[in-house]
This record gives sequence, C-alpha cells and structure tokens, in this order.
Amino acid sequence: MAALSVRDLSVRAQGLELVRDVSFEVHSGERVALIGESGSGKSLTAMAIVGLLGRGLSASGEARLGDEDLLGVSERRRCQLRGDRIALIFQDPMTALDPTMRIGRQVGEALRQHRGLSRRQAAEAAVKLLARVEIPDPARYAHSYPHQLSGGLRQRVMMAIAISCDPDVILADEPTTALDVTVQRRVLELLDRLVREEGSALLLITHDLAVVSEMCDRVVTMYGGRVVESGSVESMLTAPQHPYTDALLAASSAVSIDGASGEPLPAIAGSVPAAGQFPPGCPYRDRCPRASQQCTTMPPLEAVGDRTVACWHPVGREEPAAGITTEGTLK
Amino acid sequence: MVRFAAHRLGILVLSLVGASVLVFGALTLLPGSPAQVILGTQATPQSVHHLTVQLGLDKPLWQQYFDWLHGMVTGALGTSYVSQLPIGTQIWQALQVTGPLVLLGLVIGLVIAIPLGLFGALLQGRATGAVLGAIGQVGLAVPTFVGGTLLIIVFAVEFHVLPASGFPEWSHPGSALKSLLLPAISLGVVEGGIISRYLRTSVLDLLQSDYLRTARMKGLSMGQALRRHGLRNAMLPLVTVGGLELAGLIVGAIVVENVFTLPGIGTLLLTSVNNRDLLVAQDIVMFVSGTVLVLNLLVDLSYRLLDPRLAGRS
Amino acid sequence: MSAQAEPAGASGPAAAVAGTAGSAGPEVVGGPAVGTRRRVRSFSLVAGGLIVALIIVTALVALIWTPYPALAVDPAGRLAGSSGAHLLGTDQYGRDVLSRLMSGARITLYTGFISVLVATAVGIPAGLVAALYGGVVGQAVLRLTDILYGFPALLAAIALSAALGASTTTAMIAIGVAYIPVFVRVTRANALGVLASEYVMAARAYGRRPWAIVRRHVLPNIATTIVVQMCLLFSLAILAEAALDYLGLGTRPPAPSWGSMLQQAQGYLHSDPALSLWPGLAVFVVVLGFSLLGDGLAELFDVRARR
Repeated sequence: MAALSVRDLSVRAQGLELVRDVSFEVHSGERVALIGESGSGKSLTAMAIVGLLGRGLSASGEARLGDEDLLGVSERRRCQLRGDRIALIFQDPMTALDPTMRIGRQVGEALRQHRGLSRRQAAEAAVKLLARVEIPDPARYAHSYPHQLSGGLRQRVMMAIAISCDPDVILADEPTTALDVTVQRRVLELLDRLVREEGSALLLITHDLAVVSEMCDRVVTMYGGRVVESGSVESMLTAPQHPYTDALLAASSAVSIDGASGEPLPAIAGSVPAAGQFPPGCPYRDRCPRASQQCTTMPPLEAVGDRTVACWHPVGREEPAAGITTEGTLK
Repeated sequence: MVRFAAHRLGILVLSLVGASVLVFGALTLLPGSPAQVILGTQATPQSVHHLTVQLGLDKPLWQQYFDWLHGMVTGALGTSYVSQLPIGTQIWQALQVTGPLVLLGLVIGLVIAIPLGLFGALLQGRATGAVLGAIGQVGLAVPTFVGGTLLIIVFAVEFHVLPASGFPEWSHPGSALKSLLLPAISLGVVEGGIISRYLRTSVLDLLQSDYLRTARMKGLSMGQALRRHGLRNAMLPLVTVGGLELAGLIVGAIVVENVFTLPGIGTLLLTSVNNRDLLVAQDIVMFVSGTVLVLNLLVDLSYRLLDPRLAGRS
Repeated sequence: MSAQAEPAGASGPAAAVAGTAGSAGPEVVGGPAVGTRRRVRSFSLVAGGLIVALIIVTALVALIWTPYPALAVDPAGRLAGSSGAHLLGTDQYGRDVLSRLMSGARITLYTGFISVLVATAVGIPAGLVAALYGGVVGQAVLRLTDILYGFPALLAAIALSAALGASTTTAMIAIGVAYIPVFVRVTRANALGVLASEYVMAARAYGRRPWAIVRRHVLPNIATTIVVQMCLLFSLAILAEAALDYLGLGTRPPAPSWGSMLQQAQGYLHSDPALSLWPGLAVFVVVLGFSLLGDGLAELFDVRARR
C-alpha cells in the first residue's frame, strides 16, 4: 500500500506553473529518489506535500498520506500530521535550527507537541534520540546551542527531530548537499539505517546518482516542474529512456561531480532556464539532442511495465525519426 | 562573558575619561578667562579676579580637572554662579521631569512600534502592510520639535484638552502626567518610527528563516512557532534598538522640553548655555553623555547574555 | 535574495543575527513577495529622488531669485495670511515666508553637505586603515571609534556651541565628527569583505600594493554602501542642524534657517499656527526625502544598511 501518494500536484506563483501535474507513489518501507537539476521543482514538490510553501505559492492536486489528503485537510489537521506521521529534513542544517534554543528542547519539541510529553520526559527522549543519530555525548550536546555544533552534527540533530515521532514518511531534501564531502557519506549511511529501523517510506531528493544507486529502490526524474521519467533503480540507471535522465547519468559518470555543491558540472548542454522560461511542449527540448518538431507538443507520460517516460523519442527504443534536423536541437 | 564585560567596561572608562577631557577642555580652552566669559565684558577686573578665585580657576589645570572629576563622582557639584543654587539639586530636580518624560516616550514609542513593525511585516505584500511600513517611515522623519508644535496646535490651541507648556509639581500627579503627555508623544512618534523599522526588518528575516520552517515542520501552528521561536529571536535586535533609542530619547528630550517649556535637563542645559552658566552646562553635558555611554554598555552586555552565539566569545 | 536592509546604526550583534538569519530558501526564482518589494523599492527611490531633486532645484533657484529678498522687512505687512502677493503669507517682521523657505533650503543643503563631508573625509580613510592594518595602528583606530561611538551627535553639537558660541559652522562640524565612527565601522566591515574575496587575494599574490588594491578593488565595491550611508547621514544631519537652529545654538537669526524660523514662529502659535507649519513641513519633507532615497538606493544596490 502506498504510504504517500501524490496525484497531479501543481504549484503556482503569480500565474507561473512551477510544478505541473506531478504524480508518484512511495510505498511503506520503500525508498524513492527524486532527481533533477536545481530549478526542476524537486524541493517545491516536497514543500507542497508538507504544506510549507512560501508566501505567494499555492498548490493544487492531491498528496495522500495513508487515507488523508494533505492538501485537502484543514491546516489544523495538517499540523497534527506534520512532524508526527510525515517529516522533512531540510537541505541546510546551518540555518534550520533555532539559534537561541538548546538542542535538547528543539529535538523534544515535536514529542511534546504530538505525544503530550512533559518537559522532563521530552528532555530524556531527546537525549535518547541524539544517541540514536550517533551524536557522541548526547547528554552534553542536548544542552548545547546550534552554533556549537558542526554542520554534520546539526544535520544529525535534524534527523533526530524528523524521526522523533516515528513518521510513516520521511522527505529528505538534499540532506548532505550543504555538508563537507567527508561527512556526507556517514550522514547518508545514518539516514539509510534510521529509515530501515523505522520502516518509514523515504523520498530522497538528491543530485547524487551514486547515492541513488546504493540507497534507493525507485527513481523519479523531474525537469521543468514535471515528472519526465520514473522506474526502478536498476532499469533507470542502466537503461534510461528519457534523454534528460540519460544526460544526468552521463554527467555523473564522467567523474564530474563537483564536490562542493554536489551538482553535476555542466556536462549537459545549456542550462536550466529560470522558472517560467521553459519552452512550451516538452520542457527539455531546447537542450535535447533528440528533439524534433513533434516535441513542441508535450509528450504524455506513458507507462511501459514499471517504467513511465514522457518523451516522443526515448533513448534506446527506436532511433529518432528521420524528420529531425539539427536546427531543432538548440536555439 | 566576563572577559567581554571587562573589555567593554574598560572602553566605557576610556570613553568617560575622553568625554570628561573634552567637556572640561571646552570650558577651559575658551578664548579669554572663563570668569570673564561668565561675567561678560562689562565686569570690573576685581569681580573677574574674585570669581576666578571662587571658581578655583587660579589653580593648575590638572588640579582643576581632578577637582571637577571628584565633584562629579561624589555629587558635590558646587554652586551655580548665576542662580546661586546648588548644581546637584538643580540637576536632581530637572531629572524628575526628564526621567519620567523619557520613560513615557519609550513606552509610547513601543506602543506605536510593535504593532506597526509586527503587522507591517506579517502583512507584507498586501496594501495594509505597505501602509504600515510607510507610517513608520513617515514617523521617523517627523522632527520632535515639529511634531511637538503640531501637537500643540491641535490639542492645546484648537481643542484646549492638554496644556501647551509648563509643568506643575509632582504633588499633582494627574496634571503633571497631562503636561508630559504631548511631549512624550512627540518623542514617541519619532522613536516609534525608528523602532518599527528595525522590528519590521527583524520580523521579515524571521518569517523567511529556516528555523521557523523547521518549527512548522514539527507540527507547530504558525502562532505557536512565532511564539516559541519567533519572539526570542525578534527580541534580540529589539533590545539593542530599544537601548540605543533610549539614549536617543534622552537627547531628544533636550529639544522637546524646550518646545513645551518643561523644567527638565534640556531646559536647564539651554538656560545655562544662554546665561553663560558654564559650570552647570559642563556638568549636564557630562552627566548626559555618561548616562548614554552607560546605557550603550548595558545594551551590549544584555545582548551578549541573550544571544547564545555571542555569550561564549570575548 | 533578501533585499530587506539591516539597520546599520546597530552595532555588531544585530548585524550578526541578521547575517545568519537570511538564508537560501527553496529553489524558487521569482515569488510574488519579490515583485512587491521591487515595487516598494522603486517607490522609495522615485519619491525620495523627486523630493531631493526638488530641494536642490529650489536651493539653486533661491541663489538667483526669490519672490522677495529673504531678509526684506515690511512693518506694514506683518503676519499677513497667504495671498496672491505672498503665497505663504508673511512673518512677524513682514518678511515673505516663501522666500525665506527657499533660501532656507540652501542653508539646509549646505549644512548637511558639510556634516557629511566631515564624517566621510575622516571616517572612510580611517575605516580603510583599520581594515588594511591589523596591528597597532588598526587597533588604535578601532579603539578610538569605540570611544566616540554612541556619543550623541546633538549633545556634542550643543556642548561645542556652548563653548565656541552658536554658529552654523560649529554645529555642522560637531555633527560631522559625531558620525565619523559610523563611517569607520561601515567602511571597515565592507572593506574587510572585499579584501577577503578571491580576486583580491589573487591581486595580492601578484604583488599589488595595498593602496593600489584599495583604489582598484575596494573603493569601487564599497561605493554603493557608502553612498547609501551618506544619504541616511544627510537626513540625520539636517535633522540635528534644524534642532540646533531651533534651540538657538546653530544658525542665528535673521538668517532664514528652517529651525530658527520655526522657533520664532512659536511665539505666534495661537494667532498664526500656519507660520509654524511651513518650516516644520519643510524640515519633515527634506528628512523624509533623504531617508527614502537612502532606503531606495539600499534596496536597489541590495545593501544591508539602514539607519
């Protein structure tokens, strides 16, 4: 059964459709990777699911957590579900913690909110949680303030907060991008272990395809605010069908992961347009080597087996039609 | 923290010494003898000499300076040559007007600033928010003496509800408060405008902050998140601004007292400047600068105490 | 992303908080909040710019022409209300209020200019020195700044006026001196930022001399911040100067400074409130103009600096 089921999710701002008709499912215990370059709408999708979009952004569609639609329930109910049954780990641990509050209180806060623990019980639970995320000397760190912790430790604290109420679904928005390369690995291993122990479903937003292949079961590729391809990790990473997934793979296998930002170096032709600047039809056609006249209309998301792909000229199925001219490739 | 406090205290002492040298120097280095300046050009040489001795101006400079410092510290400020009243008593009486005026001004400023800044930021992007922001901007551009004059025109001249000037004794608390109301409002409008700008900025930063989003992610409602995480963080800049603006209020009071002819520190200072009662002027300038410098120190220290990020550093 | 300015008058701690609080949000490029802010920005900039331009033009016009000479006394036409002949009426000596206001604009701009000049001429070089030299010299500059910082400008001006006698020059210099520390701090903080940047490191590695780096890299990069700060100081200086004039410690009558006009009109508050209104309004508008311009520029240049 799907722990999280997203249907036709769209995010709008001032008439711009930043995320359009995104649908995917994450089953209990399953790990799904959401990949794509910056600006493809991954983080917005996550924010829309938990109902924490910034001012001026509005979401439509459906995001079912069990049998409740997160987008349809009242804000009151959403608050009850958030932090309890669904949790989100943010990208930048340096700013995600309240600088004026001790770590222990911040970790225990969700428990006090949802489980009605007393201050003391929450403090004890917080120390246990800090131990679970492998923070050395948890009792001492519970009394520290965020600025006294390194980035890696702070991200562990964020994870402790996320798992505090045993959520059914954990969303992790590039949880290691802001960290030093040396600690990225260990933080991911921890995340991997925690999710297994909790039996939670995980939606991992990432650039790092190596991580995807190790940690995840399925992959969803987003581009231009749309899902362009999805499927199992093995099939997606060995035989990508959408030219964009193909390009992402090529970029990452070419030893070109930039350690600092984690973003693939521009091995993909062109760059991601600004929001609202995507071409009509297939959003990738300006950068796509396989694009044709046909691509000016949006290809439907077609399902073949466990794979879905939205492309008129998928990689590896058939050669592009004869009608393609080189002028169609790049403007 | 202790090291920081010691360091800041050192700076305070240096600042006080610097200010005292400047203030003392301003009087001493005047062209002509101070006694001559005080008595005016019509004075006879005998009376000038008499006053010189009376003021201790025949002593060496350093001794005059230390005598004066000693007086400032012990409160034995001597007697005003012009009014023949003890300077300490005069300042003390003036403080009973200026002190309440400044506090009332701060309260009014906060009463204006907090809703303006808070709702201005919360409603940002809407017409109401823009209007609230604009009110703050306009408020801080109203000079106290202009605002005061306007208030007099409206409330004293047109409607006769509040007095335009003067101050009764505190033995009539009701009418004394009434006399302080208009001056305090004209002070408060400016300070309120300034504080509201700071507050608005810090609330806007707060609303965009990741930690507020984290709090919401835990399941806190917007109200809960703002109360538990927002208030603490927005308080920090407010303490700084409140402290600095308290200093601003004290200086503003000098002007406002003149508009409303209140017998406070500012009026005393101006009267003494105009009467060439330089001893009194010197003492008041020193007293006010000392107060402001001490306030600055307290703000810095309280900030260190409140912000855990700074508490450990020196 | 956050164009909202941080009060620059506040000392280090406040800046530290805002510095860490502003952060990268989700990958949104153009939210509506940004759009609104841009609109507000252009409003501050346009309104402030227009007001300042108007004042400058008025002051220039007053140099060559005013409806009447600003000092021309007319005992017969005392305290006349506004009329065709005297748009804003006349004062207690029968002098034309409009003419005096126009001449007053010149005095106001002049005093603001001198104050800012004093503050920048000392403050910017001192700030650069403090940024470039960490040793005894830099420390000495910083300690001096600490001592001066927080000393109220108006009080300094009053003290100086008391000692040297009331005059426009004394007042302006005192105000300028009191704001030197602000410029030292702003200059130093921003210069340090530029000096730590990679291209300056590179220039240093090539063996460029410090002051050449300052001229080529630092000054152009901190110019916007300085300009913003100058605008804000201009408004503060005008405010302080008007207060001094009002107290009778700055520009003396009969010179038509707005502060002293207001002071003199106060005696006729009951009979002629309008007489107080005009100079008061003039001070208000100019202060508002410069502070709006400063805000507008700050948002335009994305400078975190407000009063």
